[in-house]
Amino acid sequence: MEAIVSLAIGVLTGAGVWLLLRPRTFQVIIGLSLLSYAVNLFIFSTGGLRTGAAPVLLSGRFGDLAQHSDPLPQALVLTAIVIGFATTALFLVVLLAARGFSGSDHVNGREPKR
Amino acid sequence: MSHSLLLIAALGLPFVGAVVAGMLPIHARNVAAWLGGGIAVVGVILAILALPIISSGEVARHEISWMPTLGLNLVLRLDGFAWLFLALIYAIGALVMLYARYYMSPEDPVPRFFSFLLAFMGSMVGVVLSGNLLQLVFFWELTSLLSFLLIGYWHHTAAARDGARIALTVTATGGLLLFAGVLLLGRIVGSYDLDVVLASGDLIRDHALYLPALILILLGTLTKSAQFPFHFWLPHAMAAPTPVSAYLHSATLVKAGVFLMARLWPVLAGTDAWFLIVGSAGMITLLLGAYVAIFQDDLKGLLAYSTISHLGLITLLLGMNSEVAMVAAIFHIMNHATFKASLFMAAGIIDHETGTRDIRRLSGLHRSMPFTTRLAMVAAAAMAGVPLLNGFLSKEMFFAEALAVQTASPLLLEMLPIAAMLGSAFGVTYSLRFIHGAFFGPEAKDLPRTPKEPPSWMRFPVEVLVLACIVVGVLPAATVGPFLRHAVDSILGSNAPEYSLALWHGFTTPLLMSIIAFLAGVVLYLLLQNRLRTGIEFPPLIPRLDGRRLFEVSMVFVSWRLARFLENVFGTRRLQPQLRLIICAAVAAGALTVYLREVGPGNLTPAAVDPALALMWGVGGACALGAAWQAKYHRLAALMLMGVTGLVVCVTFVWFSAPDLALTQLLVEIVTTVLLLLGLRWLPKRFETAETRQQDVITVGRRTVDLTIAVAAGAGMAGLAFAVMTRMPPDLLAQHFLARAYTEGGGTNVVNVILVDFRGFDTLGEITVLAAVALTAFALLRRFRPALDSIEVPEQQLDQRATEIAHPNRDVGDIVSDWLMLPWLVSRLLFPVIAIVALFLLFRGHDLPGGGFAAGLTASIAIIVQYMMGGTSWIEARLRVLPLRWMGAGLLFAAGTGLGAWFFGYPFLTSYFSYLYVPVIGQVPAASALLFDIGVFLLVVGAVVLILIALAHQSVRGHRAVPRAVPTREKVATPEPAKGEA
Repeated sequence: MEAIVSLAIGVLTGAGVWLLLRPRTFQVIIGLSLLSYAVNLFIFSTGGLRTGAAPVLLSGRFGDLAQHSDPLPQALVLTAIVIGFATTALFLVVLLAARGFSGSDHVNGREPKR
Repeated sequence: MSHSLLLIAALGLPFVGAVVAGMLPIHARNVAAWLGGGIAVVGVILAILALPIISSGEVARHEISWMPTLGLNLVLRLDGFAWLFLALIYAIGALVMLYARYYMSPEDPVPRFFSFLLAFMGSMVGVVLSGNLLQLVFFWELTSLLSFLLIGYWHHTAAARDGARIALTVTATGGLLLFAGVLLLGRIVGSYDLDVVLASGDLIRDHALYLPALILILLGTLTKSAQFPFHFWLPHAMAAPTPVSAYLHSATLVKAGVFLMARLWPVLAGTDAWFLIVGSAGMITLLLGAYVAIFQDDLKGLLAYSTISHLGLITLLLGMNSEVAMVAAIFHIMNHATFKASLFMAAGIIDHETGTRDIRRLSGLHRSMPFTTRLAMVAAAAMAGVPLLNGFLSKEMFFAEALAVQTASPLLLEMLPIAAMLGSAFGVTYSLRFIHGAFFGPEAKDLPRTPKEPPSWMRFPVEVLVLACIVVGVLPAATVGPFLRHAVDSILGSNAPEYSLALWHGFTTPLLMSIIAFLAGVVLYLLLQNRLRTGIEFPPLIPRLDGRRLFEVSMVFVSWRLARFLENVFGTRRLQPQLRLIICAAVAAGALTVYLREVGPGNLTPAAVDPALALMWGVGGACALGAAWQAKYHRLAALMLMGVTGLVVCVTFVWFSAPDLALTQLLVEIVTTVLLLLGLRWLPKRFETAETRQQDVITVGRRTVDLTIAVAAGAGMAGLAFAVMTRMPPDLLAQHFLARAYTEGGGTNVVNVILVDFRGFDTLGEITVLAAVALTAFALLRRFRPALDSIEVPEQQLDQRATEIAHPNRDVGDIVSDWLMLPWLVSRLLFPVIAIVALFLLFRGHDLPGGGFAAGLTASIAIIVQYMMGGTSWIEARLRVLPLRWMGAGLLFAAGTGLGAWFFGYPFLTSYFSYLYVPVIGQVPAASALLFDIGVFLLVVGAVVLILIALAHQSVRGHRAVPRAVPTREKVATPEPAKGEA
């Protein structure tokens, strides 16, 4: 199971990095989204992969790692997901504005010489 | 009044006043002046109250712990010498405030002026009261910064801007060098505390680092005190309003340099290096300043060079390594402050009443301004060193010391008395020129204004200062004697020499030297008459030592040529190489760590592979690769593929016990998709055909490199993830959170308890970021100008219109009039349902998956769906969402919950919980964390809706008045013809 998720993280990272290095802004924004999936999964996975052990306690009980998975990476990732949306939105707006100003959707703000 | 309170008040009041003055309305000239003057007068009173402490030879000390482990404490320390400066700063400050009230024009933003002046006063007090050297450097730099603001106060003139910039660059650079020197000094001594440093003179002088520390500290003090070769900033600082010049160049800014030299004199002086550096800088500055001053045509320029010269004199006295010279230096600091401040004010009065400061144009003002003439004459006589005035006394002491000093170099020994007399003679000449040029001779004709006496309150400060010059000059021992004694004692301690403060010492060599210098000065002035009248801007006989030119050239080199060169070598404007570099560095850093630490897979046995999840990831991975492949030409397809990957990620979260994450991921997936769909409309068309054929070698090469990097990064991350997942760290923080979530946080959903309780402060920071990002996106979109080719109505809509026009039985807008009618209806019905779901998620969040983030996203989806289905115009006619208010309320809620804990005496964001019994519903958890979560909820709704609506509005908005005839649903609801929106 760990191997599958590791591979998934690897594939997402590879696709994200490839897109990050592409010349068009839309490619970069998709790349960043894929990369953030990968990073979120990675941070989440540092808590270990366990099934049927959600960190929701029975009322009035002390929690224990024996019954519940690690809640800390989950809390970190939860806010990361929301912030990730916000930065994607900001990037989108910036890229639209940049295209409006420069007339080009190239990441350098101008079309390469051909 | 206790010592501590007195010291804190003396330092704090000006800063408080500065803040208050800064908030006054722009024309509150009188209030600001009363405030400034009042604080300066209170400062004088505080100084008088502190006098008994000083008289008893005590040192008042107050220490406020800051970082005691590092020896960094705020130490306020007042001894006789500091007291002298404190009194000068506040007394002359009070006079300058009064003067400024009449000098400043009502059109200027005067409160700002007083605010700067008060803050400057406070930082000067900070310098003299500092009992810790690092703290002293801090206030030192603060004086540089505030003098920049004061000199550049009339920032609409280029001269003021340049003057301010030069002064800041020179003095702040000096301040940095001083900082380095002080750090060395602290290293030598092992403490930055002034008392400790002052007690370890021998240790410092014998240390190997003495010379570097000395040079660095002196670079700081000599730049501040405008000593050769750093003197050039001071004349340019004359672009400041005259009250500023009167203050900065008499009692404060430039005196900070000599203050520090005198302060550290007991531990740094006494060596040949000190004598050589300080003595020669002082001597050259004394002569050069006095000589150049003769040939200045601007009254303030003349005074500026005279200031340089007098500072040179003080520096020279400090450099002589003799205790009596030290006494003379302190005495001259006081005397110079009084007569120079009054002369600057007199120059300001002339400028104010005649409209010019040019000596060649001014003439015969004694007829129209008889009283000011007399005041200026006395002050100028004090500057020239005429007997019965204070300048004479310190000059006599200087002459006596010049004759008596013992040095290693016999050449300097013979030069010193001659240089002293020469400098003094030049002083007489320029003082004569100041008085004779401006006030005597025939009456000036073409002055910009008709000269008259100034308002009497404007003259009052000059009167006070001139009176001081006379009283001190006649009765030195009775007036300033005790103060001088305290100051000298506090610096020299048991080494304080015997000196006599009297007007008449009999017929001595210094008196003879004075007489010769005086006569020489008068003769020189008479000889130079013709030369001065022709108005040459530049003094003869010396090479053109233009410090400013050198400064400009070096500035251009550093800030332009060098910067450009470095940018060309190391910089690029292209994003891709930069990203490539960053990613390569990250991969290399990761690989290096793995190599060095020899990290391999961990020892946990991996769980059995579940074919369902493997299959899902087969799809998810393929979609991610597909998105990477298609993102250039098929954006919509790439977006959809990315969405599938996102859903697989979401399922993975559910699979591995993270219901909260899955929920949030799913909701974010929806809003992100909508967001990117809205953006697609403004991107250019791109067709695959043309480019693929002509893939040249460079492109293929570049892609190969990128592919290699991507594969390396992916493989690295996969390996790293596997290594991490197969390990279990021995001591997890999780244990702590799991054990306490219910007992201390009152919730069973541990993730939510962490977010709103244990790590609530982080969450508060994160929602603040979210708000800032949303506002930025919103602000950017308000100014949004789409590219030309995106402005037009999309092809699909044009096709529809063409069809409608071609068919006579159809109206424009018919095709889309019932577009997605059923989903529209369903979405309207769903709105309350989704809203309830959002509230449900919000309220159960503390105990079960859900919470503010998920609920906020759900609620915003409810609103967005209405927008998508109903159209912007239709929905906004019925439902007006005010996202900014939602965000504001959210932040207030979250921060208010945190602050609420303070009222109960708990730290920020401490939460409280209990279970309440509500009829019908039963036990209800009531934690203050819920209020915090409501804040998160409100803010998330506001932020998401703000961004999406602002983006959606761009399609409705008219861009550059392009005629629009887009059919809208509004037409269906209201039978009016569609109008283009402006």
